[in-house]
Amino acid sequence: MTTPVGDLLRTLTPQVLGTLLRRYGRFDGCEDAVQEAVLAAAAQWPAAGVPDNPRGWLVTVASRRLIDQVRSDHARRQREATIAAEPAPDDVPDADDTLVLLFLCCHPTLTPASQTALTLRAVGGLTTAEIARAFLVPEATMAARISRAKQRIRTAGSSFRLPADAELAERLRVVLHVLYLIFNEGYTASSGSDLDRADLAYEAIRLTRLVHAQLPDDDEVTGLLALMLLTHARRAARTTAAGDLVPLAEQDRSRWDRELVEEGTELVKAALAGPALGPYQLQAAIAATHADAATAAQTDWRQVAALYLILSRIAPNPMVTLNRAIAVAEVDGPAAGLALLSMLEDDDRMAGHHRLLSVRAHLLERSGDRAGAYDHYRRAARATASLAEQRYLESRASRLRRYAAPGAG
Amino acid sequence: MQFLISMHINPAVLDALTDEEKEAIGTGHAALLSAVKESGELITTQALVDPSQAAVVKVRNGQPVVTDGPFLEAKEFLGGFYLVDCENKERAIELAAMVPDAAIEGLGVEVRQVMFADGPLEA
Repeated sequence: MTTPVGDLLRTLTPQVLGTLLRRYGRFDGCEDAVQEAVLAAAAQWPAAGVPDNPRGWLVTVASRRLIDQVRSDHARRQREATIAAEPAPDDVPDADDTLVLLFLCCHPTLTPASQTALTLRAVGGLTTAEIARAFLVPEATMAARISRAKQRIRTAGSSFRLPADAELAERLRVVLHVLYLIFNEGYTASSGSDLDRADLAYEAIRLTRLVHAQLPDDDEVTGLLALMLLTHARRAARTTAAGDLVPLAEQDRSRWDRELVEEGTELVKAALAGPALGPYQLQAAIAATHADAATAAQTDWRQVAALYLILSRIAPNPMVTLNRAIAVAEVDGPAAGLALLSMLEDDDRMAGHHRLLSVRAHLLERSGDRAGAYDHYRRAARATASLAEQRYLESRASRLRRYAAPGAG
Repeated sequence: MQFLISMHINPAVLDALTDEEKEAIGTGHAALLSAVKESGELITTQALVDPSQAAVVKVRNGQPVVTDGPFLEAKEFLGGFYLVDCENKERAIELAAMVPDAAIEGLGVEVRQVMFADGPLEA
């Protein structure tokens, strides 16, 4: 749905849903009604033209669908009278409804998978079929997941309003994480058709822009948007025509999208100037440091290592340690990087993880231990669930085959 | 993340089960099936016929040669599988533990992540 009508519908969907929710409540009923109205618009507008007030059109059609739905529901005859008596919907500007809707879809009682699906449908305006295709599951599976998520929200009895201050910060963290997950799903195309996944990354950026427009002073929102733009800028250079992975060091940087890089870099500067420092800002700052180097060799590794050190203090996790080891190895040599990696040996989340194995392989190769590198590349290739990564790791290993220890691999 | 939860059966072990145990397997699968359908985690499930019904196909000099199966001289055979889409490996293992076969000595349940998939999604 990347036609002008498709884009318009995606922008209007959360606004229309917000209007209906304010008026009628009942998340599941309203959401179904809006989806039907959006489908009707997608079928009619390209041929008949977009109405003068597209949002009003959608609100009217969705309200009618909702009334039909209630009317056919015998147990709720009372409500029919109430809803049918409502005046015809007029165009009320509800600027922050999208944000309220995002908070509702990222309800803490839902699993991240359900939060993601519901956000894409209710806020992103994607159909169940589109979401199912992007996540490579049958439509029936995705439909079951979405309808269960809606039931859960109803059971939790959430009202349609922004949470109070204390909860707001925590919920915003969940919202940003969900947007980050959607972006990652679109960015790391592990399998399936590339096109669908690129749409997902694009959609995550669009939604994050919406949040940023409403919370321009939140440095983490700004940081996340910057991180997405700087990462997305590399898309064209990340794979060969055959779909093979090109690591950061070997990417043709002239193929990076300069416009996205510039916009992302400006956002990072703005975010870092603020008082609060968070993980998204730091990751964005790291991405900006890479973008700042004309070639991989010119990378300011000292700065990258320093940023990872701060990141490992405020948001420690094994992936951060792993990436820090790469930067430290560039500054102080492979032995220093390998020493950092040894900290991850006893971590259950990382032992046997293909990323740890492949980074160790890389550092062993640089330190001159080719047999060790060969063994680790092979083990990493076997441990990954991504075909592109597997092909890349196998190709690294095959260059070192003649150094393989007797009996290895 | 998609995972294949495969059930490795041993026909001799299945034959030796009491009627109550066989019934428990049936109700256990029914319960698991309705749980993963409701949560939206189930993609598909298939059960395979007894390995004694298997055929082994080889092509030699361009000619197919078909013999009675099974291919492996093993006691355990693939009896069927669940294909699920769930949050992470921990959840897949949790689901696998709900497969009634997992509670029976001599039957095995294995969990592996899907690496490549193709074909129509409405499998």
